[in-house]
Amino acid sequence: MLLALTVPLVAVPLVVAARRRPNLRESVTLIAATLLFGLVVSLAPQVMDGARPTVILAEPFPGLPLALVLEPLGLLFALIASFLWLITSVYSIGYMRGHREQHQTRFYAYFAIALAAVMGVAFAGNMLTLFVFYEVLTLSTYPLVTHAGTDQARRAGRVYLGLLLGTSIVFLLLAIAWTWSLAGTTDFTPGGILSGTAPAATLGLLLTLYVFGVGKAALMPFHRWLPAAMVAPTPVSALLHAVAVVKAGVFTILKVSVYLFGSGLMITLVASHWLQYVAAATILLASLVAMRQDNLKARLAYSTISQLGYVVLGALLANAAGIVGSAMHIATHAFGKITLFFCAGAILVATHKTEVSQMRGLGRRMPITMMAFLIASLSIIGLPPTGGTWSKWYLAIGTLEAGQLALLAVLMISSLLNIAYLLPIPLRAFFSAPSGDNVTGGTHEAPLFSLAAIIITTLGCLVLFFYPEPLYRLASQIGR
Amino acid sequence: MQLGQHLPVLQVVIPLLSAPLCLLLRNGRLAWMFTLAVSWLVLAGAVWLLLQVLAHGTVSYALGAWPAPWGIEYHVDHVSAFVLLIVSGISAVVLPFAGISVAREIPADRVSLFYTLYLLCLTGLLGIVITGDAFNLFVFLEISALSSYALISQGRDRRALTASYHYLILGTIGATFILIGVGLLYMMTGTLNMQDIAVRLPAVTDTRTVRTAFAFLIVGISLKLALFPLHLWLPNAYTYAPSVVTAFLAATATKVGVYVLLRFVFTIFGAAFAFQVMSLGPILLVLALLAIFSASTVAIFQDNLKRMLAYSSVAQIGYMVLGISFASLTGLTAGILHLFNHALMKGALFLALGAVFYQLGTVQLTQLRGLGRRMPWTMAAIVIGGLSLVGVPLTVGFISKWYLILAALESGWWPVAVLVLLGSLLAMVYVGRLVETAYFHAPPEDDREVREAPLSLLLPIWILILANLYFGIDTSLTVGVARQAAALLLGVSP
Repeated sequence: MLLALTVPLVAVPLVVAARRRPNLRESVTLIAATLLFGLVVSLAPQVMDGARPTVILAEPFPGLPLALVLEPLGLLFALIASFLWLITSVYSIGYMRGHREQHQTRFYAYFAIALAAVMGVAFAGNMLTLFVFYEVLTLSTYPLVTHAGTDQARRAGRVYLGLLLGTSIVFLLLAIAWTWSLAGTTDFTPGGILSGTAPAATLGLLLTLYVFGVGKAALMPFHRWLPAAMVAPTPVSALLHAVAVVKAGVFTILKVSVYLFGSGLMITLVASHWLQYVAAATILLASLVAMRQDNLKARLAYSTISQLGYVVLGALLANAAGIVGSAMHIATHAFGKITLFFCAGAILVATHKTEVSQMRGLGRRMPITMMAFLIASLSIIGLPPTGGTWSKWYLAIGTLEAGQLALLAVLMISSLLNIAYLLPIPLRAFFSAPSGDNVTGGTHEAPLFSLAAIIITTLGCLVLFFYPEPLYRLASQIGR
Repeated sequence: MQLGQHLPVLQVVIPLLSAPLCLLLRNGRLAWMFTLAVSWLVLAGAVWLLLQVLAHGTVSYALGAWPAPWGIEYHVDHVSAFVLLIVSGISAVVLPFAGISVAREIPADRVSLFYTLYLLCLTGLLGIVITGDAFNLFVFLEISALSSYALISQGRDRRALTASYHYLILGTIGATFILIGVGLLYMMTGTLNMQDIAVRLPAVTDTRTVRTAFAFLIVGISLKLALFPLHLWLPNAYTYAPSVVTAFLAATATKVGVYVLLRFVFTIFGAAFAFQVMSLGPILLVLALLAIFSASTVAIFQDNLKRMLAYSSVAQIGYMVLGISFASLTGLTAGILHLFNHALMKGALFLALGAVFYQLGTVQLTQLRGLGRRMPWTMAAIVIGGLSLVGVPLTVGFISKWYLILAALESGWWPVAVLVLLGSLLAMVYVGRLVETAYFHAPPEDDREVREAPLSLLLPIWILILANLYFGIDTSLTVGVARQAAALLLGVSP
């Protein structure tokens, strides 16, 4: 488990050392990613057997160490992140070279640091440790977001740091210190630690602080950083802002709900109901905003905000189906969204198009990419034969168990909205008459490396539909 | 007779006697090496003293073998040993930096004079911390203050003279207030030994004279430690002083001021009198919060980076005083801890700015454009130091902030905890401005060849930066001592 943290970190100096030889540099990244994924997979059997190994890194405060604990939810997140790091590395080789980006060494180095931070978040054994790695993740992705170095990138960086650091310092840190002074521990304990430590109103306030303090979950009104961060190179948007960073956010909320509050307590809190409505509002509003975006990456960004709302909603429902649905949605949305971002990047590299309106008839030039886009869209919407079906199914059951028909309606309406803003893109690409310069020439796909990555993640979406069993088993272990 | 027995007095005597010797060394380089050796010796002594205090408890030394209430007593407990370590440690790290930095900023014929003043200032600061005698404290206060006025006036910019004069006037008012306070206490108790005053004071505590003494002392000390709104001397003094002096004073002088406050409030008057009879708590709390917000806001709009950090210092002093104002174990721990942690951050940051000044000859924000590419190590140090100032995890700033929030929550003042955190957002804004300028702007057109600072400048900076990170993870020393010191001051078990 400690190795999982060190592998990406060791890769950093190697990447920097190999800066003059791009092939060697990329091999280092690929080897580190493969190694990391192998390590995380090798941890899986013991978790399924119920073991919860612990590593203590340091003890900055008496009784409050920086500790790593392996548990199912963290393992799930680590598995997704490390696998997709590998795929993204493959993809970015094609993208970064095809697009002739500057400062590629810096890019790969910070990418590796960010991955180490993600592993730290995934394996954190208590809230303080999680917070530490959460902040490291924010800071290490700042240079990635501002990679272009332009004025626009700088402004985006400001919004990014301002919102993420701001919410985490003011709300999240306060919540953690408060938890510590109430419960005398911040350890992630099945069943929760906060039950009975304070009146329900206080705990409700604390929960609110947590939910809004995790700015990475992009709950409205603290969602602005995500569209802003889309100025980053596409692989960054793909891995960090569809998977690692935002998922670190919803993962944190899920952890808080399951291991700090515990579902027994969560169900009784009135504040939890209000926050569910906030999540529901985020789902709907973000979907509506997404419909109005012409820039493809911006549309995907708002779609992400909306989908994160699903996970938060499931975490706040806190019943068995809600938790399982949330955890599964972390996985299925990761695969779906990363495919969509990969496609957006492939379109950019191959045709230099960024706007949805320019993509009519593109299916003839980039058939594989647009096919992948179609399948991934189905997964986001939650239609068979894709993995998204299952997670939305469990989330829907979760709302029914909680007796919240209104929330069920929100989920359904949002799915319709998803159809409205995602499906037209591939459909028009295939069936509309080509416009502009899409008419000319035969097929012209993205670089091979990128295409391979797209195919793998698309297959992932399909595999999750036909074999959801392992994922479900892992998800149902959470909180045990 | 063992040498170790005389350690407390040697802490003061060594630098005090070295000062005139240093004057005799006409060669600047020699004077520097001599000062460096003295400073390291003092650091070794301070470490030894701290270990002794940790092992055997308070160390007491009768000056000239005159027993305590009559003679001057040197009294080293956890609080003073900790502050001694801060002062001598910062001095030991700053001096290697001074070698070429001072050689560039001070005319050659004045260098040995400069080091003489430096040693006197060090003597004064150490003496304040180590002495157990209220009047002796005042004497050392004046030694350190007079020498620092002269040190500040050595800045290359002519405005250093007015800054120094300004500081001289306000500093003298502060010292006079302290003297009046000490005089009144002497009048009421007939003794100058701190422990002795503390024993005799309760009998006369209900008099107007004692209350007046308290008021004079608090105002005088607040001037010295630059508590808002008595901080007006500080920004100019720090801005125009030579780089080394700024780094040294910013990391030590105000800390010693806070130490004096702790000493008088807790050891002499006692927490009960200060916080219940004189209701010092709310006063300090409000002033500290005002300091945090007003100074941080002003810092955001500064274009001279030394001035920006100077205002940030005023804000950070607010954090220390805030911790003290809770008068609880955790609060006091946070305050004392922040003495140490802030010394590390500001020492590192001012030294890094000194390196920038050494290479560029200016610390105007606009001149720092694109410097991230050209002085990568210095700027990386500034970024880490800045993050520590904001209070990002894995840095010392986070540890301080954590204890401050806990203290606020324990006292049930959660709005204060929120304000503390909002204050660190302001720090994020002014640090962010610096980072954006250094990394996102193209270098200015008239491109002189600017290179990385020499190793002898980088090394001290990075020692402090690494200390920032190390003590942000392993806090057993800092928190341990701070907690014991706080327990000692409050008279409770840790």
